[in-house]
Amino acid sequence: MNPVLQVEHLSISFTQYDRGTRRRRLPVIRDLSFSVQPGQVVAVVGASGSGKSLLAHGILGILPYNSAMEGTILYQGEPLTRKRLETLRGREIALIPQGVTYLDPRMEVGAQLRKGRSDLSAREKSRNVLARYGLGPEVERLYPFELSGGMARRVLIATAVMEQPGLILADEPTPGLDARAAGRILGHIRERAEEGTGVLFITHDLELALTIAHRVLVLYAGETIEEADASDFAAGRLRHPYTRALWNALPCNGFQPIPGSQPGPGEIADGCQFAPRCARCRAVCRREASVPYVPFRNGMVRCRFPEGGERV
Amino acid sequence: MSLEARGVSFRYPRRGRRMILEGVDLRLEPGERLGLSAPSGRGKTTLCKLLAGYERPTRGEIRLDGNPLPGGGAPCPVQMLWQHPESAVDPLLPLRESLYEAGPVEERLLEALQIRPDWLRRYPQELSGGELQRFCIARALGPATRYLLCDESTAMLDAITQAQIWRFLMEESGRRGLGLLVLSHDRALVERVCTRTAELGGGP
Repeated sequence: MNPVLQVEHLSISFTQYDRGTRRRRLPVIRDLSFSVQPGQVVAVVGASGSGKSLLAHGILGILPYNSAMEGTILYQGEPLTRKRLETLRGREIALIPQGVTYLDPRMEVGAQLRKGRSDLSAREKSRNVLARYGLGPEVERLYPFELSGGMARRVLIATAVMEQPGLILADEPTPGLDARAAGRILGHIRERAEEGTGVLFITHDLELALTIAHRVLVLYAGETIEEADASDFAAGRLRHPYTRALWNALPCNGFQPIPGSQPGPGEIADGCQFAPRCARCRAVCRREASVPYVPFRNGMVRCRFPEGGERV
Repeated sequence: MSLEARGVSFRYPRRGRRMILEGVDLRLEPGERLGLSAPSGRGKTTLCKLLAGYERPTRGEIRLDGNPLPGGGAPCPVQMLWQHPESAVDPLLPLRESLYEAGPVEERLLEALQIRPDWLRRYPQELSGGELQRFCIARALGPATRYLLCDESTAMLDAITQAQIWRFLMEESGRRGLGLLVLSHDRALVERVCTRTAELGGGP
């Protein structure tokens, strides 16, 4: 089976003006590779500032003007060019955005779902898709400000799946919802995956990611440092020391933080980005130019001395 | 000695007749860490705003050691820590200015919160949410502060940053008898951090 989405050696950088006319280039995502299979939920987990939201914007081709992107993105095996994106975006590739502000405040829900169409088949489709998420036909006549937080989230999902997309990008789809409401929203997303849609689920919340993801990618300082099976976490089969630290810091586990913080895009040093905070760090980790990202125990890891066996 | 809501009801003026809060009683003692949970949309944030003096109750009263909250420009002993630190700092000011806008800040706090000296020269958009939240905490913990109301303050942060911040706040609470009100959807977090829990709309 072909992957729905294949990302290879993706890098995104920003150009900033630093003191007058001196320009500097800030690398935000570096050398990112992964794929999403049909029916698979891949979670991208990282702290704020790790570059995870930019990944969704990069795939959709909606990065800001002062950014540059390198590498390849394939959708259904073919390169995702700017032209192709224009026809796929919102139909084949859908975004479930972070905020309710992505809805048009001056447009009724029904009209937004139908993207302005008003023929009978479109009307039936929008009614069905709302009903699927427990929203009655009366919701079509409401404006976004009349929706509660939970309703608005369901409308955002309904908007995304209206056209039966092959790929859903969900960017923090449940902030501020209580556990039950968040569980319902994630259940809806998982359900789409079970019908064959590939899902890229972007979140800072590892615990939440593990409730629906099959695979988990961990981002640190703009790099993927581990790709693991969701079951590896509870089973203790982790590879990278940062992933381990993230797991141990969860309130339901040890609630034990490691000191320090993730380096920002302007603070990228030679060698391993995690080295200053790592208990397993050795001299070689800081010296070498960059640490390669390699297959390791049915996953991927970017570490010279991963847990569960030495690589090199 | 306590921070109290006594029979507090509230509705936003000119926004319908619906009461956001109805007859809420709540008591927070110094050094206590009270976890408050309720489903989305039940007025948890509104209650914080009332307790910190940003809004006045429609009925009932807020009492600090039995008196109304002090006014008149003095720093309020009840401070809030908001969910989105990006919107709690001025985007046009370097963080040094935001940090000291409520008065001097103890050097010790900057160290304990792991605020790096070079961050002070930066602007909010150059720092991550976790880094900004550390500034908001340092700013809120002036010498006059006795109660800190934490409204989903780490919900947007990764687990490591979250644990760092709560470990710090728990220690600070013990050290200076700071009362913490912890609003969170995360039950496991509330169990870790709090000495007592309450439901909004339930008992005190």
